[in-house]
Amino acid sequence: MTRQERIAKLKAISKERVLILDGAWGVMFQRAGLTEEDYRGERFADHVGQLKGNNDILCLTRPDLVADLHDQYFAAGADISETNTFSGTTIAQADYDMGGVVYDINFQGAKIAREAADRWTEKEPHKPRFVAGSVGPLNKMLSMSSDVNDPGARSVTFEEVYKAYRQQMIALYDGGVDLYLVETITDTLNCKAAIKAIMDLEDEGYEPLPIWISGTITDRSGRTLSGQTAEAFWNSVKHAKPFAIGFNCALGAELMRPHIAELSRVADTLVSAYPNAGLPNAMGQYDEQPHETAHELHEWAEHGLINILGGCCGTTPDHIAHVARAVAGVKPRQIPERPKAMRLAGLEPFEMA
Amino acid sequence: MRPTFVNVGERTNVTGSAKFRKLVAEGDYPAALSVARQQVDAGASIIDINMDEGLLDSQKAMTTFLNLIAAEPDIARVPVMIDSSKWEVIEAGLQCVQGKSIVNSISMKEGEDTFRKHARACLRYGAAVVVMAFDEQGQADTAARKIEICSRAYKILVDEVGFPPEDIIFDPNIFAVATGIEEHDNYAVDFIEATRVIKQALPYARVSGGVSNVSFSFRGNEPVRRAIHGVFLYHAIAAGMDMGIVNAGDLPVYDDIPLELRDAVEDVILNRSQRDPKLTNTERLVELAPKYKGGKSEAKGPDRAWRKAPVAARLSHALVHGLTDFIEVDTEEARQAAERPLHVIEGPLMDGMNVVGDLFGAGKMFLPQVVKSARVMKQAVAYLMPYMEAEKAGKPRENAGCILMATVKGDVHDIGKNIVGVVLQCNNYEVIDLGVMVPADRILDEAKAHNVDIIGLSGLITPSLDEMVYVAAEMERRGFTIPLLIGGATTSKTHTAVKIEPAYKAGSTTYVLDASRAVGVVSGLLSKVDRDRLQAETRADYVKVREQFARGQSNRARATLTEARANGFKADWTAYEPPKPSFTGTRTFVSYDLAELVSHIDWTPFFASWELFGRFPQILEDDVVGKAATDLYRDALVMLDKIVAEKWFEARGVVGFWPAQAQGDDVVVYADETRTTELTRLHSLRQQMSKGEGGRANVALSDFIAPVGSKPDWIGGFAVTAGHGEQAIAKKFKDAGDDYSAILAAALADRLAEAFAEAMHRKVRTELWGYAPDEAFDLAQMIGEGYRGIRPAAGYPAQPDHTEKAELFRILDATNATGMELTESFAMNPPSSVSGLYFAHPEAHYFGVGRIEKDQVADYARRKGWDLKTAERWLAPILNYQTV
Repeated sequence: MTRQERIAKLKAISKERVLILDGAWGVMFQRAGLTEEDYRGERFADHVGQLKGNNDILCLTRPDLVADLHDQYFAAGADISETNTFSGTTIAQADYDMGGVVYDINFQGAKIAREAADRWTEKEPHKPRFVAGSVGPLNKMLSMSSDVNDPGARSVTFEEVYKAYRQQMIALYDGGVDLYLVETITDTLNCKAAIKAIMDLEDEGYEPLPIWISGTITDRSGRTLSGQTAEAFWNSVKHAKPFAIGFNCALGAELMRPHIAELSRVADTLVSAYPNAGLPNAMGQYDEQPHETAHELHEWAEHGLINILGGCCGTTPDHIAHVARAVAGVKPRQIPERPKAMRLAGLEPFEMA
Repeated sequence: MRPTFVNVGERTNVTGSAKFRKLVAEGDYPAALSVARQQVDAGASIIDINMDEGLLDSQKAMTTFLNLIAAEPDIARVPVMIDSSKWEVIEAGLQCVQGKSIVNSISMKEGEDTFRKHARACLRYGAAVVVMAFDEQGQADTAARKIEICSRAYKILVDEVGFPPEDIIFDPNIFAVATGIEEHDNYAVDFIEATRVIKQALPYARVSGGVSNVSFSFRGNEPVRRAIHGVFLYHAIAAGMDMGIVNAGDLPVYDDIPLELRDAVEDVILNRSQRDPKLTNTERLVELAPKYKGGKSEAKGPDRAWRKAPVAARLSHALVHGLTDFIEVDTEEARQAAERPLHVIEGPLMDGMNVVGDLFGAGKMFLPQVVKSARVMKQAVAYLMPYMEAEKAGKPRENAGCILMATVKGDVHDIGKNIVGVVLQCNNYEVIDLGVMVPADRILDEAKAHNVDIIGLSGLITPSLDEMVYVAAEMERRGFTIPLLIGGATTSKTHTAVKIEPAYKAGSTTYVLDASRAVGVVSGLLSKVDRDRLQAETRADYVKVREQFARGQSNRARATLTEARANGFKADWTAYEPPKPSFTGTRTFVSYDLAELVSHIDWTPFFASWELFGRFPQILEDDVVGKAATDLYRDALVMLDKIVAEKWFEARGVVGFWPAQAQGDDVVVYADETRTTELTRLHSLRQQMSKGEGGRANVALSDFIAPVGSKPDWIGGFAVTAGHGEQAIAKKFKDAGDDYSAILAAALADRLAEAFAEAMHRKVRTELWGYAPDEAFDLAQMIGEGYRGIRPAAGYPAQPDHTEKAELFRILDATNATGMELTESFAMNPPSSVSGLYFAHPEAHYFGVGRIEKDQVADYARRKGWDLKTAERWLAPILNYQTV
């Protein structure tokens, strides 16, 4: 299949059933008990400073392990797996002094995922597998002050964020992803820079790929870290004409439900959710069991709230397998048709009646 | 119906407000922000921001102001209109707003290509646009030109650029009337006519305009200008004008304008034929105008009621709302009333910050607001600082100590840390804040360089816990001895005691629960008198925490099934006569009285389901969620009345009692009193935590039934539902777009089912089984489970195996009796249903089985007639071992 055929296929399948995304990567890498040497490999043996914890670098130094995780999630029933490129921007990698290999990380990350997905599609042609290019948040935010004494201070400019994302998108594109997944969005303005970077690529002859946007409601306030409500967030990114909109991370399924229900009400596109495995316990570990996650998410699907389900922090292939089983055969959410209206947003939504 | 009209505030427009221009030019941004806040307070739903002034660096001013607004949630809650005639300024603005804003404006002034380019950029930044009726030839003045240009622009935007038509706003130019130039007389009519046509011919597009232009000739006479605006809008809105840039607090109601003035204005606006042969309409209005000059402005200001409160309440209000306007005045007033300036900080200001902390903890405030509160706090402290220094009688200012703070590597969350920093500074500590994502090396290098007294680490995400352990170990390795403080959302006393403290033996480690504790902890650790004692106390405390944790761990040292059975709960069956129920077999209840159930409702979980946490009824008085809870409760009671009166739901239930004896961990249920024919076997699971010498029993539910060969005993079972009708009602509301009522109805059905289970259990105790005929009715006691007997449900901690419902349903004939069904995973349908067993033994109690071992799983599988794999599947959540 060509990329455009795969995209068409993905869109067709989304009308028939609830799509399954993969689960957490961090917890799986932790379980693998990797050492500093694993992260360094030969290529970065002489790198100054620690690399352990820089999971994205494993695309270059332990591709076998990354491919194995794609396999595990595809085997568990995931339709879509994410590239291991969550922090693959010059801004995020600057922390490890690894800005120079950002293109390689994303390109190789996409290739590894592409190969795994194609292998599975060949093996199970009735269930094609897809690759979403993971584009994570940045440690620098455009809407939040970097200095408590100066609320107007910013540690980064829109232009810098735009350039960093643009580079990541091009590498993911070249490596063969089927769609972009801009995820764990804490600051909508950063996300808007990513959206603009993607949309601008069309002018340079890149074929348009679907954009999937997943924000993060950080706590019980029901707002994103930068202060927006769910509907305001949707209004602010709707211009991307996203393939899907949703939330992930920070909350477990139970606490995430009302915000997903809200998106489900307002968004005239697919709605996705990949919550954490509950909230972390005192030791920072996630206790929610696969069947518990599956039970909760099954209920969402039954109520027609959702089109795509997966897992974030603390979830494992076992969680994904349970979720996939639980929602098999459940009808996906119907995309509502909303009356045309000018819908703006500050931190809160505004609709011109 | 009068169409809706959206006010766009114009006071943050340097071309429209001299005051705002002055503030921006002088760089007084706090005051400039107050102007924006006043507009939002006064009801502007969008605020227009314009920095087009020759002497200003407009691009920089736009960026600065929008970035500042982003930190003010009560301003940033509304969308902004980025207003400039320069594209560079607009683009700079678009790069500062996370929401969806409106660009004001783009046009075909420089030709279609530039117009397309700008439109495409707006689309990709995600903004709606105002399009001026302006082309290469100039601004459109007549209705025909306005319509022609707008139609052409619409076509380009919608058909070529792919711009959503609902995001297009046309500004067909409002020009001044009554200028004395005859060609201008029809300008208002031209605008109104163009508006009418645009709204009809260009679907979904909107019309806007800068209203104050129209009255330009009367500047200096505000009452007349307002009258002109009122009349103009009255007609323009009727023609379809959707929004306008007007001073939100400054619009007169059409009917309130004095008739004489209104008529004169209307003649001008509508360009009616001259009434007075000697005077043109304009001349007539000019003659009339001075008579109405000098009327007082009736602008509605922001809400100032809070200013009437006592000073402590005002400070608290200012902190909570992040208002700086009066902070110095109020702080001064508090200072004069206080014995020492420091007392103002320790008293009302800290009290206010505690309110902020509580609101934040309760999800009533969110992060940007808290930062803003901290800033108010800082201003107050800055104001007090000279007084505190004067108190020290000219001595150089001494710090109480120097604290280095950092959010550890890998983590970007620092709000809590910032609050702690501010609070510490307010208490005269010097704070060196290294910011976020700080590697251990840098923390320790800086700590050495500044010779700090304490290091504080913060983190919110879970991997930060490991990083903190690493920092602690590095402190040990590098020979530090100063105290280490740990704080942040995922940190805990347990983790600190178990993982961090042991890594740093050379100094002390202290977990700080929240910002309000920080000062106490820091002052204690730096006090020469108390330091050693406090550190010893913390050490001793953490030793205990570790022991507790280890005990928790070693409890996971397990009992075998044989050992657990030997340590089962042993009732003294010789001293106890099991009571005989009033009947055996089953009894069905249909259309159970809903009104009776209402009195059995336990409301606390109802509020929890709405994410309002607190005990009922205290929650209704709660400072934070009290209002929300009270409103919700009122709505619930109204709906409950309807549910009862109109019988929305039908409550049905079935109860049964059977002769029964325990056999091992099973309960044998007999068909009749001869106790010869087995009706079924109910299975229970036994706790396998090692309880140790003199510890408590390893309980299983079967322990509460007399064993075979002792005395005759009985067991009861029930299945109740209040859910018949629930889904239909919920759907009805949903279809009507009333999700609130749909959720409310479902939540109430759920509560009624629980109440039904409680009511039925009481009926069983007092009547049907009848072992407690004199039990008094006391809801509080009922909720506290302060009565004899239990009603454990399958799938809950005392019997985690959901499949046990199958046999219960069979012997109750529950599906036929009540219409309740079990799904393939043994969930009950309707959802608002409860089922379980009844045990009458006075010592029967609720417990959790906890995790179980393979020996019990194998035994349970044998008893259930399953293979091991099936047992492991159903019991997966409680297995204490990895399955293959």
